[in-house]
Amino acid sequence: MIAVQAPPNIPNSLSVPANAPEHCPGTDSDLAGKTDACAGCANQDICASGATKLPDPSLPLIRERMSNVKRKILVLSGKGGVGKSTFTAQLGWAFAVDEDIQTGIMDVDICGPSIPTIFGIASEQVHSSSSGWSPVYVQDNLGVMSVGFMLPTSKDAVMWRGPKKNGLISQFFKDVDWGDLDYLIVDTPPGTSDEHLSIVQYLKESGIDGAVLITTPQEVALQDVRREIDFCKKVGIRIIGLVENMSGFVCPNCKTESQIFKPSTGGGRRLAEETGIEFLGAVPLDPRIGKSADYGVSFLDEYPDSPATTAYLDIIDRIKDILGD
Amino acid sequence: MSTVVEDTPVTRRLQSVKHIILVLSGKGGVGKSSVSTQLALNLYSSSPTARVGILDVDLTGPSIPRMFGVDGPQYAVHQSTSGWVPVYADAESGEQRLAVMSVGFLLKKKGDSVVWRGPKKNAMIRQFLSDVRWGELDYLVIDTPPGTSDEHLSLMEHMAGVRSRVSAVIVTTPQAVALMDAMKCLSFTRVVELPVLGLIENMSGYVCPCCGEVSNVFSTGGGEEMARREGLKFLGSLPVDTELVDVLDSGGKGSNEEAREEFSLLSKYRKTATAMIFGGMTDGVISGLGS
Repeated sequence: MIAVQAPPNIPNSLSVPANAPEHCPGTDSDLAGKTDACAGCANQDICASGATKLPDPSLPLIRERMSNVKRKILVLSGKGGVGKSTFTAQLGWAFAVDEDIQTGIMDVDICGPSIPTIFGIASEQVHSSSSGWSPVYVQDNLGVMSVGFMLPTSKDAVMWRGPKKNGLISQFFKDVDWGDLDYLIVDTPPGTSDEHLSIVQYLKESGIDGAVLITTPQEVALQDVRREIDFCKKVGIRIIGLVENMSGFVCPNCKTESQIFKPSTGGGRRLAEETGIEFLGAVPLDPRIGKSADYGVSFLDEYPDSPATTAYLDIIDRIKDILGD
Repeated sequence: MSTVVEDTPVTRRLQSVKHIILVLSGKGGVGKSSVSTQLALNLYSSSPTARVGILDVDLTGPSIPRMFGVDGPQYAVHQSTSGWVPVYADAESGEQRLAVMSVGFLLKKKGDSVVWRGPKKNAMIRQFLSDVRWGELDYLVIDTPPGTSDEHLSLMEHMAGVRSRVSAVIVTTPQAVALMDAMKCLSFTRVVELPVLGLIENMSGYVCPCCGEVSNVFSTGGGEEMARREGLKFLGSLPVDTELVDVLDSGGKGSNEEAREEFSLLSKYRKTATAMIFGGMTDGVISGLGS
């Protein structure tokens, strides 16, 4: 039924502005500003004038900022609550162990920013200087930027539609004074929507080194990961690999492992095989991971003997290998 | 109703729905869809004539079809002269009291992604609200995506004409990160003046199947504390129930040795430990609605 509603020529979804009408032909189309759907669109005159076929003016600025960043990694998952932010934080902390490596974390989950809490810097604020917004530093070589730093209180809801979110993401890429970075890790909200399209659009010129997909073992989550893989293929993002999180739980009392989220359809490993992407590893569920995130401390440093720490570190090493570092 | 009701296709369509319940949560993966599913099942069995609809507006990650065991090429939405015909999850027991609608039914393959920006999502939601032939419904449960963004604003906007029948249930998990997002969600309901029926704390504790030791995988008690502080009704807490994960992950599929009086998802669900607890929560929800 979607096919019935879709216009005959499917526009490149990247070139549809966020405030476009439903059947927008795409601003880089020859029909831009001239189709029936364009009547009444706020952008019609601009499209008809041909100006939209020129590149976005913020792109050169983003390219310049991003030219100082060696590796850009996205952390994605179709489903929410599978551990994207936790994984992002562990990745950040693990990279930052080496004092010579500069790491930046960008939290583009605008409606539910968890990164500040996980790093224990929820009460910090962003300062602006002549060279842009300064990220909040967890340690000398680990900077963080999140919408969470810009809200008056943590209770405030950000009720924004797509265009406003895109505007902020564009600012995160062009106005944050990251300095020279070895790694920029981008934590995303769940799904495949505005935020994801905008990141791809803004980083088109400077390139994305790859995406790490996170899932949990049950089919309901895997279903969403299949969609995310499809998304990556559609927009041409290289997939570094798949991480299975919350895989098995070790009872602190009797040390028996049980499966909370049963891999009824073979879990992440089988999905990776079927879709031809690399399976980076499985991280067991450890209640201390959630606790560390709530207290804002590094799980890897606090509990070096946990099996989850070993799993995280193996996965992070593998990611470095794949990136060739 | 004393207020002037705007006559839109959505208002006209939802005229035949008694109560609309939104299931919200700030954070993803806290169990909105599983709570929506359970709420629908419990409302369904609350009376032998109850008619329940469930609308999945999580457009980029629809989980509802899987949980109701209606994902697969054979389940598709049909167009009729009076609108889109939803999929009936209880069709196997010969009834049509549990109607399901999701973007999942419109996809050709299960791995297809829906990569849409706001305006398209908005249009789809409007169609879901105005074009689905629900018929007479006692309850319409709406499962939402995480956050407070396009989908939520669109829902509130389109349902402006039936606002007096709309209320919300907030789902959270006990850890601080999730509670923070639940607070944001609560702020949202206050800004848009949406009455909240109560708060459900999900994934509160896990019972080791081997030794029976209860571990607080995602901590515990945070939801109750938040409800008290914010003056919300606390509907109850649900433990992590692997049996329930199994049932919902497979949509109740598999052997069904029971007599075919009720559909297999419902009979399987009834046997889980969570079903018992949820029954009490459903009573809380129904009393909050005040019929």
